[in-house]
Amino acid sequence: MAQPAFEAIVEDFEFLEDWEDRYRHVIELGKAMDPLEDALKVPANKVDGCASQVWLFPKIDGGTFRFDGESDAMIVRGLIAVLRALYNDLPVAQVGGVDAQAELARLGLQDHLSAQRSNGVRAMIERIRTVAA
Amino acid sequence: MYDVDAIRRDFPILSREVNGKPLVYLDNGASAQKPQVVIDAINTAYSHEYANVHRGLHYLSNLATEKYEGVRRKIAQFLNAGSEDEIIFTSGTTEGLNLVAYGWAMPHLQAGDEIVLSVMEHHANIVPWHFLRERQGVVIKWVDVEADGSLDPQKVIDAFGPRTRMVCVTQMSNVLGTVVDVKTICAAARERGIVSVIDGSQAAVHMPVDVQDIGCDFYPITGHKLYGPSGSGAIFARAERQAEMRPFLGGGDMIREVTKDAVIYNDPPMKFEAGTPGIVQTIGLGVALDYMMGVGMENIAAHEAEIARYAAERLHGVNWIQVQGTAPGKGAIFSFTLEGAAHAHDISTILDKKGVAVRAGQHCTGPLMEHLGLSATCRASFGMYNTKSEVDALIDALELAHDLFG
Repeated sequence: MAQPAFEAIVEDFEFLEDWEDRYRHVIELGKAMDPLEDALKVPANKVDGCASQVWLFPKIDGGTFRFDGESDAMIVRGLIAVLRALYNDLPVAQVGGVDAQAELARLGLQDHLSAQRSNGVRAMIERIRTVAA
Repeated sequence: MYDVDAIRRDFPILSREVNGKPLVYLDNGASAQKPQVVIDAINTAYSHEYANVHRGLHYLSNLATEKYEGVRRKIAQFLNAGSEDEIIFTSGTTEGLNLVAYGWAMPHLQAGDEIVLSVMEHHANIVPWHFLRERQGVVIKWVDVEADGSLDPQKVIDAFGPRTRMVCVTQMSNVLGTVVDVKTICAAARERGIVSVIDGSQAAVHMPVDVQDIGCDFYPITGHKLYGPSGSGAIFARAERQAEMRPFLGGGDMIREVTKDAVIYNDPPMKFEAGTPGIVQTIGLGVALDYMMGVGMENIAAHEAEIARYAAERLHGVNWIQVQGTAPGKGAIFSFTLEGAAHAHDISTILDKKGVAVRAGQHCTGPLMEHLGLSATCRASFGMYNTKSEVDALIDALELAHDLFG
């Protein structure tokens, strides 16, 4: 079992049969996410290697991992919301053990992780793992 | 009568599916698909007719050389160059433009000399000139496009000053589809002793080209957009300019004699073709040009004009799509954004799921994007095999994207 927030998304996805509804839901998750403060959209928080602009701001507090993020692309923004559900509130030591590929596959979103995709999900996960290492 | 269905059958990839949907390939501006005759020619060349060119006197080398050099004549015919010696083989337009920068411009331009560019040039027709700015203090002068994306030739001519040495403009914008009156620009340049470089990457794919009529000094083309193999290409270089050019890449083939103390170069155009070239790619390009000329460039242009007219009508009929570039007589290239927050990559992701291949991003045109005030657009670019029903498929996929992101 992954984080409860992520399991809740998995449960919601079980009712979504076609890809259009899954994408619609991912986009909604992105829309519902609080925007990242403009002051945090600085080069240090920018994730390179993305076709759209992606920012990731990690916050490690008392051994617990959290991050905020944003993108100017709506699908990527939704995927950031999914990754937050997957990683946020984990003990830092457990971040590296998350099999993001397998977890996103449960949502049928694993194709966003392939090396050829330049949408930045893979680069975001790399950044998350580096920060928590 | 233009039989688009028969043409489509000549391109095997067009019958495949993508994401469970029939492929709708609208990324021809980036690279075009290949007809079976080109694929077969590559196979035949490697299977039966392959050896290095210009080298040995053995049977296969002679055969390969004959096929390869035959393409020089074919390109001269395709561009209506005065002589096949005015055709230099390259790996594509980027190499062609760099050849002009290193071979002609660097030895001829001094600090303070000017190069005039339009703001809608592709990076390949910008970065080599930035090299001259960085290394030699050459000044780049930019000419803006009008609100409809057209380029007023008079504004280009007005930018010419006493220090202007070169003008480098595209004949067709890869983003806006704008077709430029390059003939007027080249005539004015010639009167003033300004060297003209016309980027033919897009235009040569979509209309008949006559470099003698245009009156340019250089006209590069790229094979992979011309339904030929990637890594093939050529540049028309006026004989007088070739005589003034310094060699660019050094190596085999471009020399007649090499000693410890000296080099005697080969005659142009081979003086500018170093090393083993893209032999098979070039042979494939020749077959692709035969294919296009067989259909007829006028016929291709007429078919695409009809597609462009229909695509414009459909795209402009939707009030949440903003098309960039509405210049009269524009080609079948449409860049657009969708109203609202959707990013070009969001849109292209949804289109891809529907089997529709478009490009999203800056299209290697940073200065144009800056001019338009956009970070990215989606671009649907059509070719000789595209149909009106594919325009409909594009609109249907856009309706879904609008529904998802709206």
